Amino acid sequence: MRLELRGITKRFGALVANDHIDLVVEPGEIHCLLGENGAGKSTLMNVLYGLYTADEGEILLDDAVQSFSGPGDAMAAGIGMVHQHFMLVPVFTVAENVMLGHEQVKGGGVLDLDAARARVREISARFGFHVDPDAVVEDLPVGVQQRVEIIKALSRDADVLVFDEPTAVLTPQETDELMGIMRQLRDDGAAIVFITHKLREVREVADKISVVRLGKIVGEASPTATDAELASLMVGRAVSLTVHKDAPVVAETGLTVDNLVVTSETGAVLVDDVSFDVRGGEVLVVAGVQGNGQTELTEALIGLQPNVTGSILLDGKELAGRSVREVLDAGVGFVPEDRTHDGLVGEFTIAENLMLDRADGPPFVRKGALQLAERDRFAREKVAEFDVRTQGIEAAVGRLSGGNQQKVVLARELSRDLRLFVAAQPTRGVDVGSIEFIHKRIVATRDAGVPVVVVSTELDEAVALADRIMVMYRGRVVGIVPATTPRDVLGLMMAGILPQDAEGGAA
Amino acid sequence: MTAATVEAPKAPEAENRRIAPVSWKSAVTLGVVTALFAVLLLVAPHAGDARFALSTSGDFFIIPVIVVPAMGTAWGCLVLAALAAVGAGLFTARGLRTPAWVPGVAAFAILLGFLSWAAAGSPRDLSIVGLLSGAVLLSVPLVYGALGGVLSERAGIVNIAIEGQLLAGAFTAAIVGSLTDSPYAGALAAVLAGMLVSLVLGLFTITYHVNQVIVGVVLNVLVIGLTSFLYSQVLVPDAATLNTTTRFPRVGIPLLENIPVIGPVLFDQTIIVYLMFVAVGLVWFALFRTRWGLRVRAVGEHPLAADTVGIDVVRTRYNALLWAGAVAGLGGAFYTVVSLSQFNREMTAGAGFIALAAVIFGKWHPVRAALAGLLFGFASNLQSVLSVVGSPVPSQFMLMVPYVVTILAVAGLVGRSRPPAAEGIPYVKG
Repeated sequence: MRLELRGITKRFGALVANDHIDLVVEPGEIHCLLGENGAGKSTLMNVLYGLYTADEGEILLDDAVQSFSGPGDAMAAGIGMVHQHFMLVPVFTVAENVMLGHEQVKGGGVLDLDAARARVREISARFGFHVDPDAVVEDLPVGVQQRVEIIKALSRDADVLVFDEPTAVLTPQETDELMGIMRQLRDDGAAIVFITHKLREVREVADKISVVRLGKIVGEASPTATDAELASLMVGRAVSLTVHKDAPVVAETGLTVDNLVVTSETGAVLVDDVSFDVRGGEVLVVAGVQGNGQTELTEALIGLQPNVTGSILLDGKELAGRSVREVLDAGVGFVPEDRTHDGLVGEFTIAENLMLDRADGPPFVRKGALQLAERDRFAREKVAEFDVRTQGIEAAVGRLSGGNQQKVVLARELSRDLRLFVAAQPTRGVDVGSIEFIHKRIVATRDAGVPVVVVSTELDEAVALADRIMVMYRGRVVGIVPATTPRDVLGLMMAGILPQDAEGGAA
Repeated sequence: MTAATVEAPKAPEAENRRIAPVSWKSAVTLGVVTALFAVLLLVAPHAGDARFALSTSGDFFIIPVIVVPAMGTAWGCLVLAALAAVGAGLFTARGLRTPAWVPGVAAFAILLGFLSWAAAGSPRDLSIVGLLSGAVLLSVPLVYGALGGVLSERAGIVNIAIEGQLLAGAFTAAIVGSLTDSPYAGALAAVLAGMLVSLVLGLFTITYHVNQVIVGVVLNVLVIGLTSFLYSQVLVPDAATLNTTTRFPRVGIPLLENIPVIGPVLFDQTIIVYLMFVAVGLVWFALFRTRWGLRVRAVGEHPLAADTVGIDVVRTRYNALLWAGAVAGLGGAFYTVVSLSQFNREMTAGAGFIALAAVIFGKWHPVRAALAGLLFGFASNLQSVLSVVGSPVPSQFMLMVPYVVTILAVAGLVGRSRPPAAEGIPYVKG
């Protein structure tokens, strides 16, 4: 089926998320929508899927104008979507999730689960998925959950398939497999829209590329374009994709973590006997697919996890079992993974957020009263130093873009006298321009002799920033390797394969 | 990318290692309860025999009254409970999960021992049948209320308004039942009244996204105020025509009603009680075996996912909530066309909140919630049976029993329970 979007415009208040977007996707073609986070790609797809109503413009399928009042209509018309955040009910089985919304029933509205199981098995067999229809979705690895999403779309005979940032949660190998599936679907005659901000994937799989910036289609590119060309189209100016850093000057002391175990309330071991050290002046990147214990590891370092055993020594001082306050006072700076929830108070101003961790005494609080002049002076200084683009320090932090929010977090954490800096996913959801800046500051912190731990799920970032890379899988350390390790070896390590085996496998 | 094509090295383990959390909760709880019971026996020994009657004079089979020496039985039961506590401790020490029968044995032993102690020396027989059949009767509004709670909470709406639904049902059943002289008409009216309360709850929580707990509490207060006002202004002056109902008669089921103990407890009841057992099964079947139930549970767990597959979240939630109101309203009819034949001010006396506790204790599962309702009903009836026998415990303490059991059950024994993920969160479409 041929999909055509004509002049789609979607506004949220004053913000124009989509500005007269035209797009044609032919059957048997993978059309890539490339753009930064916040460029308006997901909004466009939600319009296509009937979740949002467009303010202007029309959607055509095989030249017939469609009007969708909800996702049900879009699906009935043959549009299927694999959502960035999976639209699966975690406590349901695979079969229940696949049948939901178009259940086959026996008499009296009784579910025909056998029919649903058969449908799952049939589609699984067709594409070589190994998905058990009776498995409960929350027990499945994310890669398999994504296949359930694909099965869900296919079980409704979708002819137009939209993949919204599908690789964010996958290992490089799973990503390759997904690309294979997308090609197979294309060869079956499906029209595929592939939304991403990752250049490598685009060049690998796309038949056509449309670049979106600030809600507009700013150009088309061919899959043979170079990374630099695509990146400059995406950002609107030339960008540097590499991080310049000198050889590390490593100090004697630093962070030493020994036999760290973090357990969840239900007894799952989230960080499993992890030991490593980071010396002053070096960057250790913790790589791995999202959800393999990196979050819990950083939270344990800062004192946010309740069930921790093992030791965390910073310059010979034990941090395990200390309160967050004590850890911060020991000189630890922390950029949390989810800045909007854990890093900032969205309704507070920039100035308030910048002093949030020092509200217990001078210089910002004297005799129990806030020192507003001191606070504002400090805020103005940091806004200038960290290049936060804002109307003023009184602006609510929640109104800033992702990149500027992250700069506020960074400014706060780096403005103390640090002995250790921990940054979890520092560039997630951040525009390319800000990424450059954040990387420079992280390298500057390392060059100042501070041990730095960075968690990243993006292999490119890991390789660019790291002096050494520690790969985690299922809570365990698969290996700690130099940053010069080949990408495919790192990829296999991210799937849990030990480095010596991985080198053999990738050779 | 060569990696995907080469022979894959050995597959890594797919799961995180697990450390089973060691919980001493059940062992410690059993130990403490056993110790408390021992203290009771030591401090207030109670000589004499305890007389347990297993049948009533009209029964088909007459079982003679069982007479046991009270203190001997009580101490024997205490030893059994202590063994169970030690057993639970041994299981836990070895890192094993304590099987469910261990606390079960302990609970039964303590209960039996307590009954022997309380009934000791009383000239009256302690009627086991009366204890159990009264328990079933008292649990009727709790079970209906809990089913109503399960239905709405599975769809993602916190139902604090069960109390209001019960009370509205009781009030309407009284008026309609009195006017028509038909308990059936009264019960039907109660169903409609419960649905009306649900409709108001839905209007504010689903359509206008008001906080569900607040609306529920306000609705309870509203129903209490409204029924109390109408009771004193309308029902009391004209009680003969407006507040005198005909009650449902007991209908014995042939043959089954002749089984000793079980017969009079389960098979010689009113139609509302039979309907209650049917309703438990029906709600379970509807929630877990039908298309309707799958969609209700989907909007309670992940409404956005349900929306993206074309399910109308708002309609589904209204639908489940109206059913919930109907079931809870029917439970309210129990007060005025089964138990009594008239309405009294605030006669539900917090049963709706106990039903809410039963929902949580039952982990949002209709069968378990119904069993929890039966347990709470049993605790209520224990109090009245013991006061008939003339137990030495002050009646004020006995009146607390059902509520203490509720608190203990919900706070301590419930274990890990997970409410529907989207419960209490209004669904606002993008």
